[in-house]
Amino acid sequence: MVRLFGPLVGLFFAVALLWSFGNGAYTAITEPAPVTAEHEFHLHPKELDLASNGAFGRFDKQQLQRGFQVYKEVCATCHSLKQIAFRDLKAIGYSDAEVKAIAKQWATKATTFNPVTGDRGERDNIASDRIPTVYYAGQGVPPDLSLMTKARHDGGAYVYSLLTGYQEQPAELLKKFPDSKTPDGLHYNPYFANLNLAMPAPITTDGQVTYSDGTKASVDQMSKDVSAFLVWTAEPKLDKRKQTGWAVLGFLLMATVLAYLAKKNVWADKH
Amino acid sequence: MSFPWANEYKPGNGLTQWLDEKLPLPRFVYNAVGAGYPVPRNLNYMWNFGVLAGFCLVLQIVTGVVLAMHYAANAGVAFDSVEHIMRDVNWGWMLRYAHANGASAFFVVVYLHIFRGFFYSSYKAPREMIWLLGVVIFLLMMATAFMGYVLPWGQMSFWGAKVITGLFGAIPLIGVPIQEWLLGGFAPDNAALNRFFSLHFLLPFVIAGVIILHIWALHIPGSSNPTGVEVKTKSDTVPFHPYYTAKDGFGLGVFLLIYCAVLFFGPNALGHPDNYIPANPLSTPAHIVPEWYFWPFYAILRAFTSDFFFIPAKLMGVLAMFSAILVWFFLPWLDTSPVRSGHYRPLFRKFFYLLVIDILVLGYCGGAPAAEPFVMISQLASMYYFLHFLVILPLVSSIEKPEPLPFSITEAVLGKDESAVLNANPAAA
Ligand code: HEC
Ligand code: HEM
Repeated sequence: MVRLFGPLVGLFFAVALLWSFGNGAYTAITEPAPVTAEHEFHLHPKELDLASNGAFGRFDKQQLQRGFQVYKEVCATCHSLKQIAFRDLKAIGYSDAEVKAIAKQWATKATTFNPVTGDRGERDNIASDRIPTVYYAGQGVPPDLSLMTKARHDGGAYVYSLLTGYQEQPAELLKKFPDSKTPDGLHYNPYFANLNLAMPAPITTDGQVTYSDGTKASVDQMSKDVSAFLVWTAEPKLDKRKQTGWAVLGFLLMATVLAYLAKKNVWADKH
Repeated sequence: MSFPWANEYKPGNGLTQWLDEKLPLPRFVYNAVGAGYPVPRNLNYMWNFGVLAGFCLVLQIVTGVVLAMHYAANAGVAFDSVEHIMRDVNWGWMLRYAHANGASAFFVVVYLHIFRGFFYSSYKAPREMIWLLGVVIFLLMMATAFMGYVLPWGQMSFWGAKVITGLFGAIPLIGVPIQEWLLGGFAPDNAALNRFFSLHFLLPFVIAGVIILHIWALHIPGSSNPTGVEVKTKSDTVPFHPYYTAKDGFGLGVFLLIYCAVLFFGPNALGHPDNYIPANPLSTPAHIVPEWYFWPFYAILRAFTSDFFFIPAKLMGVLAMFSAILVWFFLPWLDTSPVRSGHYRPLFRKFFYLLVIDILVLGYCGGAPAAEPFVMISQLASMYYFLHFLVILPLVSSIEKPEPLPFSITEAVLGKDESAVLNANPAAA
């Protein structure tokens, strides 16, 4: 039975596949898939050399603080960071008092609701609050940035490339794809998947923020710093993870060598 | 059953003797994976993966049970509860990465275990039942992993669930009602998430049960071996403990080194970035792809792009995808060669390697976007896949001339076997 029906079933699928293949090949030749502007002009992220890269890399807390400052002064007007509570910032080197002050002075206030009177109100943020959601009236929906660097390929490098990648739409593109002109209200950026995004270039001028550690706030530097900060917000346990990893691998290496010697010893008389 | 020369369990002291009379659990373990189970002496490292698969299941259950203490199966908070595990739960990030990469490790190990079976024809009589139970375990694993991937409720969770449950919609007439019944709605939502969580918690224990049957069935004929020649005498075997416990211990060490290197230094390398975006029914990801271990089957599903007579392309794809695994159930009867091991089957061996390449190609195409040339490549590769199992294998078994087999396992290991001499010339004894 199996030997009779088996080959028949096999041939059935094979013929159906051949039919699909033939149709596909015919379409591929008669109407080749059109080349799109995204296909030709989309760029992969630039290299970004962060202190936290690599198996031995560690966060540079000074840089994370600068990045936080860029987030606070530039991005926070549009983007939330809801996985991060103010007190989490202690992990990048702020003291308790500094965290309290940051929370208290945060521009977007925490909302309150009084269940007795039904009144809604506002209060200052406290250390245990998450960084509050902001409402953006412009075009497009600014995504939460907490996990951004894990939600895109090459996360940190992608954010850096996006921030520094704004440019005029190339004349060559318009010549080749006249229908692909950047729509009104969108901005051309070859690092964005479909080339046009709703976010206007947020970091535009040197000195847009003033760093307290004396680092020169060039556009490139600010973009790097905020990318580094977003790598941290996506994976605050990164340092701990790699540190633990080395200890675990060291232990396992020793245990495996011992297991190998034990195995050799046990099998000595059997080969 | 075991071989007559198997060591017998002897309780060492009063307590174990008492236990042996009331509930002979130590005796059971001794005979199952201890010195009381005689195993061919020539097993190579491909025989390590069974024990490793068992280890992976235990790992998934232990990490999974603890994750379940902190996870919340509700569409409103599931995504954030996973981030809570990653950020606030002590060592939660390690648990979650251990579980997510543990699923991948489990599949790596089980695929190697299955390919070992293909090469050495471990599915042949008298071991058909072991093989059939193995395929059942594989199907249960796929269901478990699929439902687990839905739990973090990211974009790929949601859209993966939508695509896969949508496959049921391809069944004529009753398909759509079945799909809605399975989901508890028209699209994946809270009802689906809750039942997936419940089943994701349950199925690993069902798998554990089937594994017990798998090993029970194994202990009746005993393990096969790289020559495929059955055990003849005591000198062909060694007791499982200490010989294979020692070898498996070393194998476990190597496995853990690789697994932990991924867990601690590239825990998201095997995942898809889109799953760090919360599920959004209104925004379809550019490419919906399942986890890597489903890619070969996903490629087969998508290879059917044209209706075949009155059968819609989608239904053909679904039939083919399920058949691609179901065909494994029939392997013991499709491969009729009396010789087991690929070592002694020159023609079979060539097709085996072709199959490995074919499945790797299918895997690559399954992970790639559904565009040319990948669709055309997966059509050819799927064609080979079905022809391999259903046409080539039966044909090869009947025309191939196998190479001579060693007389016994002992001869294969030592180059000579005293009992072979005895058999050939009884007078010399
Ligand atoms: C004026 C408001 C505004 C400001 C300020 C702003 N963004 Fe955005 N951002 C947006 C909007 C709107 C989108 C959605 C774009 C889209 O999907 O087309 C966006 C999207 C993004 C994305 C996601 C792109 C993608 O791949 O989907 C990233 C990353 C990002 N912003 C980073 C930043 C960073 C970092 C800053 C601070 C330096 C910042 N943004 C400041 C409005 C803003
Ligand atoms: C056959 C064994 C198992 C496999 C193959 C498996 C697979 C998976 C996969 C692929 C995920 C998604 C991981 C991610 O991307 O986050 C997951 C999540 C999860 N699993 Fe399992 N699992 C198994 C056993 C279990 C068991 C026994 C439990 C509980 C008792 C469990 C509980 C969970 C929970 C709570 C989650 C959600 C948390 C998370 O996403 O990390 N799993 N599982």
